[in-house]
Amino acid sequence: MYLISFLILFSLIAGLAIAAAPTVGAQALRIRFSVGALALASVLLALLQASRGPEFYALGDGLTHVLDWLFMAGGVALAALLLWFCRRIKPREWYIPVLIVVQTGLMLYAELFGQHPEIAHPFYVDSFSVLMALIIAIVGGLICIHAIRYMHDYLAHAAGQHEAGDVDTAQQRPERSRSLFFFVLFLFLAAMFGIVFANNLLWLFFFWEVTTLCSFWLISYSGTDEAIRNGFRALGFNLIGGVSFAAAIVWLTHGPGLHTWELDQLVAGGSALALIPAVLIAVAGLSKSAQMPFSSWLLGAMVAPTPVSALLHSSTMVKAGVFILIKLSPVFHDTFAGLLLSLIGGLTFLATSLIAVNQRNAKLVLAYSTIANLGLIVMCAGVGTAATMWAAILLILFHAVAKALLFLAVGTTEHLIGSRDIEDMEGLVYRRPTIAAMLLVGMLGMFLAPFGMLLGKYTCFQAFLSMDVMWGDGVMLAVILAFGSAPTLFFWSKWMGKLVAVPRSAPPGSAPIPRDEAIALFSLTALTYIACALFPLADTGFVLPYTQHLASLGLIAAPSFAMPWETIMLMSIMLAGLFLMPLAFWLRPPRYAEVSAYLSGANVDGSASYRGAMGAERMVESRGYYLSGFLQEATMVRVGLIGCGALMFLMLIGALL
Amino acid sequence: MKPYAWSLGFAFILLGPVVGALLAGIDRRLTARMQARKGPPILQPVYDVLKLFEKDTLVVTPLQTLYLWGFLFFMVVSGFILFLGSDLLLSLFALTVSGIFLCLAAYATNSPFSNIGSSRELMLMMAYEPMLILVPLGFFLVTDSFRVSDIVSGSPWQVIQLAGILIGFLFMLTIKLRKSPFDLSSSHHGHQELVKGITTDLSGSDLAIVEIGHWYENSILLGWLYLFFAPWGPWIALPITVVLFFAEVLVDNTNARLTWSSTLKASWLVTVVFGVTNLALLPFIS
Repeated sequence: MYLISFLILFSLIAGLAIAAAPTVGAQALRIRFSVGALALASVLLALLQASRGPEFYALGDGLTHVLDWLFMAGGVALAALLLWFCRRIKPREWYIPVLIVVQTGLMLYAELFGQHPEIAHPFYVDSFSVLMALIIAIVGGLICIHAIRYMHDYLAHAAGQHEAGDVDTAQQRPERSRSLFFFVLFLFLAAMFGIVFANNLLWLFFFWEVTTLCSFWLISYSGTDEAIRNGFRALGFNLIGGVSFAAAIVWLTHGPGLHTWELDQLVAGGSALALIPAVLIAVAGLSKSAQMPFSSWLLGAMVAPTPVSALLHSSTMVKAGVFILIKLSPVFHDTFAGLLLSLIGGLTFLATSLIAVNQRNAKLVLAYSTIANLGLIVMCAGVGTAATMWAAILLILFHAVAKALLFLAVGTTEHLIGSRDIEDMEGLVYRRPTIAAMLLVGMLGMFLAPFGMLLGKYTCFQAFLSMDVMWGDGVMLAVILAFGSAPTLFFWSKWMGKLVAVPRSAPPGSAPIPRDEAIALFSLTALTYIACALFPLADTGFVLPYTQHLASLGLIAAPSFAMPWETIMLMSIMLAGLFLMPLAFWLRPPRYAEVSAYLSGANVDGSASYRGAMGAERMVESRGYYLSGFLQEATMVRVGLIGCGALMFLMLIGALL
Repeated sequence: MKPYAWSLGFAFILLGPVVGALLAGIDRRLTARMQARKGPPILQPVYDVLKLFEKDTLVVTPLQTLYLWGFLFFMVVSGFILFLGSDLLLSLFALTVSGIFLCLAAYATNSPFSNIGSSRELMLMMAYEPMLILVPLGFFLVTDSFRVSDIVSGSPWQVIQLAGILIGFLFMLTIKLRKSPFDLSSSHHGHQELVKGITTDLSGSDLAIVEIGHWYENSILLGWLYLFFAPWGPWIALPITVVLFFAEVLVDNTNARLTWSSTLKASWLVTVVFGVTNLALLPFIS
């Protein structure tokens, strides 16, 4: 209990302290200290809680009363703040303030009228939320550390300076925008801790809305018109989810059937009682996780500074959506609503994987791949067996680590080479070996054996084929997964191909990676490896206790599978190979004569140019395949939007009838 | 895990390339006969590779050798998993990694020919990957297990139940063996538009690694094909497998090369029409 309150409150206080820092150097120091403290607390929590069932916490009457009022006042204040931001909307964004008013109205209606359900346990800890807390504190913390230097450069660049200078010795007062930026980051961390530990749905909803606010503010951060429009789009789409969430709470207060405000009671209601509120909350989860038809806000969010994309729009906030879906997963088991939810995830996975092939902008590739992977997790959540929940939780873990690494590495690369175009990253292995190695590890972690994402897919296949909702359901999902994985393989590999290509002309001199960024990147690279090597530990420590507890309550069938030790051994051999081969190569590199690449024997300047027709010297150019004529992005998006929209409509109608 | 399984696994590491080389030799001989030529000795591929090791190795970048090690390593791991009787899906994943390393080696050299070759190779991987994944899924639905040892001791009817999957797999086998009409990524004839595709800038012992890797791959693919008929026992299953395998040579010699887009469309169509339909209908034919 104390650790939970520490994580939530300390993040908030740290945010205030950081915002109040007198100099840039002091601010950087406070950020590092706070991140360290949060990471330590989360690890402590993990050690205390690993391999154990959930614990629920009751609060004293007086405290509960005060907190109830505080959260309600906070909710109203939040709505007021959002409405105040809405003074900058365009006429066609009229729906945003309407949604804010509707949502707040619904919440007040639920809170002020009618009989309130008794709330015995407003907070809880279980092994799944501990794992989430570890991700938030450690991955999120590392991203904050990366942001220290990144924002320093970013602001210097925005102010027109060429050289940013050292962070630590900087004596100038931090700009208001910088202080606010870090305050919002830490406020966001506090809200995320709130989401994963709150059992009281009303409080959970408040934290949920705080993350929406943070996301909106951070996307609009740069203040350009594009950023502000994209910020409002993110706000609008998340508010649709918010209204749906509020409607679920109203249903749970005034509706027939289940009368509770507690998450665990809701899940315990099972599909007979809890399906309607669960489906309503699922819509909120889908919008937060940027699933189609809501996906476009996440792509717009890529205008934000890269650490924001890494923290909110890939590693943590979008995970809140799938977090709640996995929590509700037992309710969806064996229902048509669950199958439709899985299909929404599946269609999103397939469509966005195909679209990602088209993209040249590295951040957009990462964004589409994020949506795709979240789609995969949604697929699992909709099935709702022990095996799919296992897969989904591991996917969250591996994706958070590897994607954070990739985003930050792309951000650093952009500062080093001045571009985020994949074609411009040609030869990065030779130009910037360290950063290229990190990018490669991140990509391997995203889609190749023996890394974790693949383990997740493996389990998905097995779990889908064991489904039993209707004829051909599992086959359908497995086939979607098979077809979606193929383009994934294509776009990652061709990007890797660009990185490993030997540059045709001599590499320019290199500035080192700044220290704070290097710390974050190295740690995340190590984490990607460690998470993969030690996944059995994560499994027994955090995932199995969670599914076993649900099984002991009779909510899901007992987990009947285990990774055979032989599979784990084979995976370890592969991982060891991936580690030892470069080592062996580095220790004893084969000495072969180096020549220029083959240009039909007409090379002029090494591999860079050749003697073409009429004896003219021509530069060699070759680009990757983006299949833009073969796969039309617009068509794919339209198919995905209409398909997922229809599925979601069916899901809502089906649950209500 | 029985000692028998272990011995099969290690036997693959030693004998896999031998079998693969023989298959390649017979392939060349058959091709020659179809073209009314006499053809080289059966062991010609082995002679070729031994000669490659004698030659000087020229590289564009030293790192290309590292990627080729990765290619060979994961190829061996994939076959080891298969012949150990372990997880078929895991074996496929390792095979995929291996293919990607080969592409990386070609990308690393960065000549336009290698570039096009590896891009096309990736395209082919995208084309055959869904169907190859459906194969273990089909076996899983029939035998309730991804384990090769369970598949081998499965029901003798499984090849009938999985007829669609088998057709789809044979189609992808043509791509996997880089046979015409799908030899887009590297051709056997160096004078075409993409020269030698992915292997353009590989020479000497580097090229030998690629060849040995392909021998391993031949054995692995033969093993996959064998699985369909395995419950009938080796005396019936093995001849059928070998005959089907060499039917690919006939396809190779009677077809002209397709473009990548028609390859992609055709393979995904085959996957849906034969593979997915088969999986969906399985509940009715078991």
